[in-house]
Amino acid sequence: MKLTGAEIIWECLQKEGVDVVFGYPGGAILPTYDAMTKYPQIHHVLVRHEQGATHMADGYARASGRVGVAIATSGPGATNMVTGIATAMMDSSPIVCITGQVGSKAIGTDAFQETDVTGVTLPITKHNYLVTKPGDIARAIREAFYIAKSGRPGPVLVDITKDAQQLTAEFDWEAAAPRLPGYRPSHHAPASEFARAAELINFAQRPLILAGQGIIKSGTTDAVLQLAKTAGIPITTTLLGIGAIPASSEFNLGMMGMHGEAWVNQAIQQADLLIALGMRFDDRVTGNLKTYALNAKKIHVDIDPTEINKNVPVDVALIGDLREVLTVIQPLVRKAAHAGWWKTIQGFRGDSAVRDIQSLPDSGHLYAAHVINDIWRLTQKRDTIVVTDVGQHQMWEAQYFRHDKPRSLITSGGLGTMGFALPAAIGAKFACPDKDVWVIVGDGGFQMTSCELATAEQEGIKVNVAIINNAFLGMVRQWQEFFYDKRYAATPMTGPDFVKLAEAYRLTGLRCNQRAGVKATVEKTLADKKTVVIDFVVEKEDTVFPMVPAGADLDKMIRRPKQDVMLESGSDKDWEMPAVTVAVARNGHTKASPRKTQTAKASPKPNRAVAPKGAKAGRR
Amino acid sequence: MAKHTLIAYVEDVPGVLNRVASLFRRRNFNIESLTVGRTEQPGVSRLTVVVDATEAGARIVEANLYKLVNVLRVDDLTHKPSLYRELGLVKVRVTARTRSEVLQLTDVFRARVVDVDEATLVIEVTGTPEKIGKFEMVLRPYGIVEIVRTGAVAMARGHEPLSAAPPLVPTAKEEQHPDAASLSMSV
Repeated sequence: MKLTGAEIIWECLQKEGVDVVFGYPGGAILPTYDAMTKYPQIHHVLVRHEQGATHMADGYARASGRVGVAIATSGPGATNMVTGIATAMMDSSPIVCITGQVGSKAIGTDAFQETDVTGVTLPITKHNYLVTKPGDIARAIREAFYIAKSGRPGPVLVDITKDAQQLTAEFDWEAAAPRLPGYRPSHHAPASEFARAAELINFAQRPLILAGQGIIKSGTTDAVLQLAKTAGIPITTTLLGIGAIPASSEFNLGMMGMHGEAWVNQAIQQADLLIALGMRFDDRVTGNLKTYALNAKKIHVDIDPTEINKNVPVDVALIGDLREVLTVIQPLVRKAAHAGWWKTIQGFRGDSAVRDIQSLPDSGHLYAAHVINDIWRLTQKRDTIVVTDVGQHQMWEAQYFRHDKPRSLITSGGLGTMGFALPAAIGAKFACPDKDVWVIVGDGGFQMTSCELATAEQEGIKVNVAIINNAFLGMVRQWQEFFYDKRYAATPMTGPDFVKLAEAYRLTGLRCNQRAGVKATVEKTLADKKTVVIDFVVEKEDTVFPMVPAGADLDKMIRRPKQDVMLESGSDKDWEMPAVTVAVARNGHTKASPRKTQTAKASPKPNRAVAPKGAKAGRR
Repeated sequence: MAKHTLIAYVEDVPGVLNRVASLFRRRNFNIESLTVGRTEQPGVSRLTVVVDATEAGARIVEANLYKLVNVLRVDDLTHKPSLYRELGLVKVRVTARTRSEVLQLTDVFRARVVDVDEATLVIEVTGTPEKIGKFEMVLRPYGIVEIVRTGAVAMARGHEPLSAAPPLVPTAKEEQHPDAASLSMSV
């Protein structure tokens, strides 16, 4: 069957089972867009910026486990994709990006909208292709999908010249099967390594499982829990591992790392065995490598051999698919309980509970942690995916929104891409139209990609956008507070009236600046059929605790101060009906009223948690 | 840190050298030399990479090379009996008085003169990188005009090929779809 290159692209996408693509047309990709009209089975989502297309494909992939597809034109269209591709690369997200390229004769001439896209994306893709002949398109796309989803997933880019899209070639799907003699996505660890791993597990007194995103990608929640139950091993997750183990599981201690639970970091430092499953010892989870888990032997299970001994030298490496590894190791593991070790960890935990912001009485302040925790409580019975951006709100979400299901939290972990949340959420909604999709985003990150509200409106889809608006680039401000003597250089930030912005996009805008209003706001949001943007006007200079300063020892955390003068008012006994009190804080301005000044100067630290004895024990 | 010699067989496709070079830059590996050439098998090129690395570092380099889709096979010759050769061309300044001295040194190094004019000699020398370094050192007092070296190529000793690149044929069906593969383990 003779088809144009453009038609071959759509035939291939259809054969790969693609139902939606996210893209933006332009000169060099026009033949492909023209051919699109013949393929109504594939829904095209017109984005407002190509970065959004890649984040949507990424969000789609992370929510569904399938490959997400983004399309853009040459030059600026393709370079706009770079951030999204790098994001997908760092977080091992399977996406395929198709870009138009100038005609093959014009390559190298600095033609209009010409960029060496395969060169630009070489270090941030798992693999990429430059296709100059229509007959090569099918194989490149088939290989792209295969590479993107197999082994450790990742982004693959296929750059196709305009003439290759226009000319015709024989389309033969079978003949275009991947031919990748050098590509080895599957690995199998030798039996001797399994024996050594089992021995380490069976002799450990203080073992700990470090659960990463690999568990979600391989769908091995049950197998990991079974291992934990058999050998009595507590589990901690990475940021991207949240949801891999239900938060409600008694084995799940919570998140590790820079803003992880204090007791988890203490447990890591005191463990005598770390079993790392599908995680990569990122610097945000290890802190100072020289003092990281010195007492512990380490078993590292990962599908990517380049992760072994990259950051942390390990004693046993089991390279391979996590399900295979767990299937082999499970029968070799002896039953154990490690009651003493659990008791030690509980001891660490007790110290943290008294510092919990949840123990804070309602004082008229709106804390981001409260907002996020309330959203969780109010949506518990619904099937919800939360997509977060990057910064303080991301860490509070990780701490205060309890995820019980895999793929229910989507966040940019490795690259830390601001502007990720809204477009990724739109992608997630296309993957899971029956689920509620919440965006939790800072006022800074939201403004980076807020144009995608138009995409949501045009597509008629509903995502719920909770802007945690503190009129600061909060996480950077926090670093300035701790490490730069409170010189708030370029972190105070104004924004538009988010309610009016939503309305300008013909969407619903809501504002909430008191704890008492959170419930009604969330309920109103859920009842609305349209995308809703909520401006949660929160405490300006709030801080994420605990915090391991970059490069510091993992257990040397900055903790939420136990005793800070705190306005005492109201009762937090019933979170649903907190007493609303407009109180005057130490620094004089009324905290409960919406702020007016947007260019805040360094002001004294706001009030931190006070923990009256007997306050309800929370998580921090 | 020590020198490690890695042989990488790669698919001879556009951009493959760029991918390898980019990998070394990206991962901050220290390349001493990198040479590339055809092999006995059409479509397969052979890279000889000399890196300065610890033993653990060399394993990471190897794993990263394998991760490149176009890399077919990687061998570390460092701890195997192997032959190393490099070719150098040295243009050295000579006078009527020093010409015979330089020719003598050329003999000693089993090198040969490939070009002569009134003021210079061009000498071709092959051998291990160390030998070429030494030859350069003894000629330096006469005045080296320019020097060019190819970088090392290496081959394992013995009658069996240390390894051959896997043939460039489509991979087996189950290798294409490991996600659908059963739990058959090699253990």
